[in-house]
Amino acid sequence: MSLNQSSLRADAITCVRGERALFTGLDLEVTSGEWLHIRGENGIGKTSLLRLLSGLSKPAAGCIFWNNQPIELDPDDYHRNLLFLGHRDALKEDLTALENLVIASALDDLTVSEEEIFLALHRFGLRGREDLPVNCLSAGQKRRVLLARLLLRKAKLWILDEPFNALDTQAVEMLSGLIAEHIAVGGMAIMTSHQVIPMPNGRVIQL
Amino acid sequence: MSANKISPENRLMTWFRFSSPATFYPLAGRLIPFFWALTAIFGAAGLWISFFIAPVDAVQGDGYRIIFVHVPTSWMSMFIYIMMAIWAGLGLVFNTRLSAMMAQALAPTGALMAFLSLWTGAFWGKPMWGAWWVWDARLTSELILLFLYLGFMALQASIDDRRRADKAGAILALVGVVNVPIIYFSVKWWNTLHQGASVSVNKSPSMAHTMLWGMLLMALCFWMYSIAIALMRARVIILERESHADWVRTLKEVG
Amino acid sequence: MNAFLAVIRRDLLLVMRRKSEVLTIVFFFMIVTSLFPLGIGADTALLRKIAPGVIWVAALLSTMLGLQRLFATDYADGTLEQMALSPTPLALLVGGKITAHWLVCGLPLVLLAPVIGIQFDLDANTLGTLILALLIGTPILSLVGAIGAALTLGVRGGGVLLSLLVLPLYIPVLIFGAGAVYAQSVDLDIGGHFSLLAALLVLALFFAPWATTAAVRIAIE
Repeated sequence: MSLNQSSLRADAITCVRGERALFTGLDLEVTSGEWLHIRGENGIGKTSLLRLLSGLSKPAAGCIFWNNQPIELDPDDYHRNLLFLGHRDALKEDLTALENLVIASALDDLTVSEEEIFLALHRFGLRGREDLPVNCLSAGQKRRVLLARLLLRKAKLWILDEPFNALDTQAVEMLSGLIAEHIAVGGMAIMTSHQVIPMPNGRVIQL
Repeated sequence: MSANKISPENRLMTWFRFSSPATFYPLAGRLIPFFWALTAIFGAAGLWISFFIAPVDAVQGDGYRIIFVHVPTSWMSMFIYIMMAIWAGLGLVFNTRLSAMMAQALAPTGALMAFLSLWTGAFWGKPMWGAWWVWDARLTSELILLFLYLGFMALQASIDDRRRADKAGAILALVGVVNVPIIYFSVKWWNTLHQGASVSVNKSPSMAHTMLWGMLLMALCFWMYSIAIALMRARVIILERESHADWVRTLKEVG
Repeated sequence: MNAFLAVIRRDLLLVMRRKSEVLTIVFFFMIVTSLFPLGIGADTALLRKIAPGVIWVAALLSTMLGLQRLFATDYADGTLEQMALSPTPLALLVGGKITAHWLVCGLPLVLLAPVIGIQFDLDANTLGTLILALLIGTPILSLVGAIGAALTLGVRGGGVLLSLLVLPLYIPVLIFGAGAVYAQSVDLDIGGHFSLLAALLVLALFFAPWATTAAVRIAIE
């Protein structure tokens, strides 16, 4: 593996929810410069798969490897390289967009200046709204704050659950552009979506 | 006969085989009548000694004989809590469902022992000291132990996802088992501090040998009873939780 | 700013934006302690005697009220998940949340206790002991209570279940804390009580964050 190449690999993982096995013996791999689109109907286990891959839950069988090392061995290192965005926004409604991002960066162990945060928010059309409590923003604007977080974090692997939900056409373009940039510089992404993702060069995994 | 000798590795594998609900279920079924028989034997012996052999107490008359139920149930309530915590802990560390099911099976019996201990303590206290309840160290700790049991059972009952219920219960049981000595010690401290009840359910007169034997036999009786009941309950829990498995559907109790 | 401080800062900011949550707990503390004289009678000798117990029990109940909010909002809006995915060890972040909880729910009680103590006619020495005992005891309440809060995340009957789980574990703190104040009021030695309280605090500092973190992980699995 060359110096800047990273990979996430899942070997024969099985996911059990309640007493049901959602999927068994699933293999999956993604390396730098690639992205995966996980498709399937509702309830089939797309979100469960993403949560397994991010280390939030443990598979009933099988193992997940980051750079050929099981993620249980050094979860903090794996999480340093991972950004996971789930269904919920993980934004505090009473805090401003700026405060949310400052604190999120501190939690992600990043040193980021306020100026960089402002620039990120402006790129996604939130100029003038940085100091408003998040509950004053529309649903679409809240998702754009998350786009700013994606930009600031610069994590190698993005695991995104239904990222295009609640985005208007302009924001969808922004996100696609952002992901394309990310892949182009050697990042990786795993996404779920009901719809066809408007981006080239992805592999599809159908659950 | 060296071909039939079980090597140490195979012996370990044999034990781990029983950590699967499918193999445990029939094994438990065969053991249960055996434990009921032991319960009856120890119980008969213990009651015989309690009622006929142990001497009448000079001060307390015949009423004191309830101690032969009170003390063993106290011992069992604490012993079962420790066993429950061990099983739950094993389930958490090794991720085995059966260990967690054993903990779940033990809890109601432990709670029953704690309750009986309190109840018999009250029945002892009333004729002796005129009060149904005294705030002495042992009874108060027993009451708190009952709350710990009820908390464990309530937590498991409130969580729908069985695996999460197992693990959450395990943490609670382990936290509880660390706290039980602390709670007991603090209650003793509190008791001496406030010069509470001047008499203690604890303070029995120097025990005649026969009395000790009576208590030990009754304790063994309750122990065998607890094992029998816990095994029975564990089998029911296995049937409920593994109802989707093939081996369950082939059982004659189910089919 | 490191992650531990960031978590504390976030929780404190949130409380500042919605002060009513903290004030409710403070008012609850004051109301509960006032109920006892109303229920028992205003005989000052009697009030002085029951004061340690009453104030401590009110402190336990007030802390319990605050515990329900410790992880619940973060669990609901996905912030707790993000904390579990942070490169910073979760135990440290959980420690930050517990610290913030104490600053918001425990410290106000410590500061308010002398006022309540005066209502119960406690003398200056006893008031001093009360403040010190609460200062050591309330962090223990936050630490141990956090375990219960994490175990009951998203569970039906959460609030009442939390009380059932946590109040038995609070009993040693209650005994030594109230005992210290009572001992001071009758001029007995308080050293033993404080050593035991301090020992409980050290024990809680070492073990509670780990148990709480394990319980949080189980809840978000």
